[in-house]
Amino acid sequence: MAATASSPRASRWTRLPVIAQLRQSVGLQRGMLVTGLVLTAIFVLTAILAPVLAPYGFSQLRGPDGAFGAQQPPSAEHWLGTTQGGYDVLSRLIWGSRTALLVIIVAVVASILVGVTLGLISGYFGGWLDRTLVVIADAIYAFPSLLLAIVLAIVISGGQSSMWGGILAAALSITVIFIPQYLRVTRAEVIRIKSEAFVESARVIGAGHARIMTRHVLRNSTRTLPLILTLNASEAILTLAGLGFLGFGIEPTAAAEWGYDLNKAVSDVTSGIWWTSVFPGTAIVLVVLGLTLVGESLNDLADPRLRKRAAGAEPVEDLGVDPAVPGAAATPETTKEAAR
Amino acid sequence: MTTTSEAPTTRAGAPRAWAKKPGGSLGRYIAVRALLIIPTVFILVTTVFVLMRATGDPITAAQGGRLPADQLAERIHEAGYDRPILVQYLDYLGGILTGDFGTTLSDRRPVTEVIVTFGAATLELAFYALIVAFLVGIPLGRLAAFHRDRWPDAVFRVGAILAYATPVFFAGLLLKLVFSVWLDVLPVAGRASTRTELTLSRQDGATGIYLIDALKTGDPAIIGDVLAHAVLPALALGMLTAGVFLRVVRTNVISTFGAGYVDAARSRGVPERRLLRKHAYRPALIPIVTVVGLQIALLLAGAVLTESTFEWKGLGFQLAQYLQARDFVAVQGIVAVLAVIVALTNFIVDIIAALIDPRVRY
Repeated sequence: MAATASSPRASRWTRLPVIAQLRQSVGLQRGMLVTGLVLTAIFVLTAILAPVLAPYGFSQLRGPDGAFGAQQPPSAEHWLGTTQGGYDVLSRLIWGSRTALLVIIVAVVASILVGVTLGLISGYFGGWLDRTLVVIADAIYAFPSLLLAIVLAIVISGGQSSMWGGILAAALSITVIFIPQYLRVTRAEVIRIKSEAFVESARVIGAGHARIMTRHVLRNSTRTLPLILTLNASEAILTLAGLGFLGFGIEPTAAAEWGYDLNKAVSDVTSGIWWTSVFPGTAIVLVVLGLTLVGESLNDLADPRLRKRAAGAEPVEDLGVDPAVPGAAATPETTKEAAR
Repeated sequence: MTTTSEAPTTRAGAPRAWAKKPGGSLGRYIAVRALLIIPTVFILVTTVFVLMRATGDPITAAQGGRLPADQLAERIHEAGYDRPILVQYLDYLGGILTGDFGTTLSDRRPVTEVIVTFGAATLELAFYALIVAFLVGIPLGRLAAFHRDRWPDAVFRVGAILAYATPVFFAGLLLKLVFSVWLDVLPVAGRASTRTELTLSRQDGATGIYLIDALKTGDPAIIGDVLAHAVLPALALGMLTAGVFLRVVRTNVISTFGAGYVDAARSRGVPERRLLRKHAYRPALIPIVTVVGLQIALLLAGAVLTESTFEWKGLGFQLAQYLQARDFVAVQGIVAVLAVIVALTNFIVDIIAALIDPRVRY
């Protein structure tokens, strides 16, 4: 218990979300977390450096020596071969990470903004508004997310679209699926926190609703967010790929998208052409794996029943909440909600 | 089935005599839960309607640009899409109440008929997938819990995460590549070979569920053919759910393993293996019921993708076809029906969970 406080190096930066957990983890859990972080880092770097890394453009059909040709097996010019449409597989793989990252960012930012705001209002004020929001959120939550995403993709882009149109369509349809989760988690935390003494005292001093909500309640109810965030990021990629696979992806000339490439690879598989499907598919698996490993590890570390103790290092995550309520007490329940 | 057989007894005792028991009565719980279906279905159906109409009418979406403007307007008028949106909405709701989910634009079939025709195949696939999930997920989850934090646990957990991380269609493509193309031991796609399909469709009183129909013929070649076609799709879809089951069983066995009554048994000298088998395992299975219910939604979404991968002619495959044809009436109808199905399954699952575990009833 005392270890964190007494260690001189345990300064501000070790309290950052992921780093704190990294220090806290041991053995297998640390291995999983580190693997996840490495995979995620590779993904993000590939996305950022796509123009430098990719040998060709994502919609490039011909090089200096003429057309690439369709369904060429891996060779020196095309390390991972070419697709049915005559694109370079490796280049589309690398550019695809950029599309995926953009979708994740837009989806997660939008759903956090809306979901947390609604959760805050819903939990803080309660009453009929709260009940209505919860019923709607539950209804949407119970629904197969891909089907909802399909409907939304039709609405937003009419099915076919440019790069930003496609990214927004995918991201916003994912957003609608995520909002209920953020709403529920935030609401649960807000309800717990608003009965704390420090909220009461703020009210006694005369602070208004807006101030209490933002300064006192919101700041203390975001601790489970990093966890849901990683899990949702991986779900976002899967939904994007699912949409792409059903033909609701982004046009190949507008941006590279792994799900679309897999859709075009279905017929290749039957004739034994493996490189068009195996590589984009593996890319999806690795990225989702990385994000999920990070999310899972954070989840386990937040749940004392699943956490393996390091020698003596019990973190005291003091966020200004009444110490009588151990931080973990709220998390198993809320994370279970999130992981459902 | 347990619902109908056990509910009356409990419900009979519920009303007044000893309704004061803490935790509420089962009858009341069922009633409240049943009433909750109505707003859920209403919200979903309304959401789908509002979203689909937000962009315009389905006829313009399907035919826009291909038909001259006057013909288009005439078609829209015929279908009634030029009426006020509220009238259309009430019309749509009224239709749903009477079981009419609309008629598809591309092949002019009632949506309910499409559901009945293709639903059987999807049901069959989901059933196979659930069997795979149970057979794989539950024993491995138990094993992982028992070897907690040692290498088997690590292997199974990473396996479970991999199962989640792999999109069903990619898993399907890989299985196809390995078993159908490279090893050439299993069929590439479809629900049965053409000859079998013909035999089965000619049969009297065909259910549409090929396994049942094949069993009725009693011909081992036909049964074998149907089963061989089912292996890869069932594996692709089942592994996803198996991973979820594995994780749930593992977590729950670990937490029941630390429960007081297990400690008590341990202090009496009960061996560890027996503790796992008799004490920790059974109660850890209860949440599986709830998880199965939540998986139904996931299975339906997964079925859309799996069916498209394997040309398994079910509801999901058909939905994808209608999407390609931009037949949004069909899409709206199928999605609405699926919403109702999901709401109903969740209801049934909640009731079963309440029957098994009294703590659920509130």
